Amino acid sequence: MSIFLNSDSKIIVQGITGGEGTKHTARMLAAGSNVVGGVNARKAGTTVKHTDKDGNDIELPVFGSVAEAMEATGADVSVAFVPPAFSKDAAIEAVDAKIGLLVIITEGIPVQDAAEVWARAQAAGNATRIIGPNCPGIISPEASLAGIIPANITKKGKLGLVSKSGTLTYQMMYELRDLGFSTAIGIGGDPVIGTTHIDALEAFENDPETEAIVMIGEIGGDAEERAAAYIKDNVTKPVVGYVAGFTAPEGKTMGHAGAIVSGSSGTAAAKKEALEAAGVKVGKTPTETADLMRELLA
Amino acid sequence: MDLFEYQARDLFEKHGVPVLKAQVATTPEAAKKAAEELGGGVVVVKSQVKMGGRGKAGGVKVAKNPEEAEARAKDILGLDIKGHITEKVMIAEGADIAEEYYFSVLLDRSNRTYLAMCSKEGGVEIEQLAEERPEALAKIPVSAIDGIDAAKAEEIAKEAGFDAETAAKVAPVLMSLWTVFEKEDASLVEVNPLVKTGAGDIIALDGKVSLDENADFRQPEHEELRDDSAENPLELKAKKLDLNYVKLDGEVGIIGNGAGLVMSTLDVVAYAGEKHSNVKPANFLDIGGGASAEVMANGLEVILGDEQVKSVFVNVFGGITACDAVADGIVKALEILGDQATKPLVVRLDGNNVEEGRAILKEAANPLVTLTDTMDGGADKAAELAAAK
Repeated sequence: MSIFLNSDSKIIVQGITGGEGTKHTARMLAAGSNVVGGVNARKAGTTVKHTDKDGNDIELPVFGSVAEAMEATGADVSVAFVPPAFSKDAAIEAVDAKIGLLVIITEGIPVQDAAEVWARAQAAGNATRIIGPNCPGIISPEASLAGIIPANITKKGKLGLVSKSGTLTYQMMYELRDLGFSTAIGIGGDPVIGTTHIDALEAFENDPETEAIVMIGEIGGDAEERAAAYIKDNVTKPVVGYVAGFTAPEGKTMGHAGAIVSGSSGTAAAKKEALEAAGVKVGKTPTETADLMRELLA
Repeated sequence: MDLFEYQARDLFEKHGVPVLKAQVATTPEAAKKAAEELGGGVVVVKSQVKMGGRGKAGGVKVAKNPEEAEARAKDILGLDIKGHITEKVMIAEGADIAEEYYFSVLLDRSNRTYLAMCSKEGGVEIEQLAEERPEALAKIPVSAIDGIDAAKAEEIAKEAGFDAETAAKVAPVLMSLWTVFEKEDASLVEVNPLVKTGAGDIIALDGKVSLDENADFRQPEHEELRDDSAENPLELKAKKLDLNYVKLDGEVGIIGNGAGLVMSTLDVVAYAGEKHSNVKPANFLDIGGGASAEVMANGLEVILGDEQVKSVFVNVFGGITACDAVADGIVKALEILGDQATKPLVVRLDGNNVEEGRAILKEAANPLVTLTDTMDGGADKAAELAAAK
């Protein structure tokens, strides 16, 4: 098995007719994802042409809303490639339709919009698991991809991976391609995100196919510290960690809206210390982290 | 983006938060004139730096008349407050302070909502109060859907322990401060002190506001609040090119894609530097998702404009960004820069279209470019080249 996403997942793409939506729909299909349609209110009733994994031409229907798309296709996953100004409405539409999983790729969404989406999701009874925003999505290798993670850099295997950063996710998937992954999730680096390290750790702990977990963090906030406390009390599977940003200066935002060290909290050193205190081995570099994992499973 | 106090004051005024009359001055003469225009009576001259502890550092002084205001402004302009030089002072009316309170509303990352904090004991360092007497600081979650409405404002005032009469006066001010937070897309609005005057009025005597730059697309007026004077010229240039760049103190220029990978690259280069004359990363530069050849060229131009830089490490893992686009960007940037490009480039590519990317660089065969297979190897090579210069 895998977590949150498997070969049965039926995926729709919000913003399927846009540039990024078109490009990544094609990549998801090539990776074997079961993309069943998309949403664009202004182009409802039309179709978009794509090629499936086996090279056959296919036409995917475009619906006026997430609810209509779900009704017509049985979709249970949505991937949103919608510009920041429209992302809140798109996400609330998906949450109100109670789709099982919503992956928000978009970078640059105002934090008040993200907070409102989260509040709406809670008000709707948490029927929707949200991943992101500002994330690369989720992949269960050789089964399904919902997002923009390169599908050909690793294989199916026994590791679970959760990371704030997109490209570090790829880096680690590639480093550990010999062991492979059950599922890899990029949860995003924004201050307000839908799925946390802890959510992913809990799911990996309960997933029989996952034997060990890689957790990647970065400076800012206290999510890694809280994850460390969670691991100590709840995770029996081996975990190795990596934290980026040891050389980041205080008070400077390093790209991710959340990646800023203010005062004494949120430093890479503090996160590393918290993880090690919870029994997690923490690598100095991605390569060393991969080596630690191999040693642990040897 | 953090605002100066006078900018926060202006936003407060715009949204109906009671504030004192004030003007900004950049010279002692202007400070005198401002004091005259404010009525010629008692004023407070306040250093405008984005840093706490101004009072202790001598950056806030009372003046009895315009002449004194001029003298105090002369003292304060140019004052260094924890590394921040005072370029502007705010001249504000004097206030008859009876009591000092504290209020803030901010994003609570851990709980994915907002948090209001309020205390009857303002005017002191709030971190200290929170640590020493946490019971004196009320902390109340605020819903992202409902915000601070009348009921929530009442709840906050009650939790903070105000008497009924004061609470009735404080509550509408809290609602106005919420309006500032919501309408201006702030991630923090803090007032310390919020004061009650002898006449019983509630006034925001100071203000700290952080704005969310992700919301700039719907906040066109925020552009004017940007203060570029304190920024590094290279960072300014990068910002104009829409690049995510932070200047650091080092010799190895860094370009990568994705904030996490770039941060990790800085760390790996710093470790490699320990073996090579202690060279360090010169910058953070994330060319982001979907970066084109043009973005790559712009990035290289900024980095090569940094005189401290001795070598450059380009570390790209292709997700949205395809490696051939990155390789194209490197080749084109080197063409554009021509003879100006004299610094060696170490390039490591992996991910989408990696073979095409490597082939483009091999074919271009620029003598400045070294291709490497791994991140650690590339960092080591770049550090070695920087140390050799």
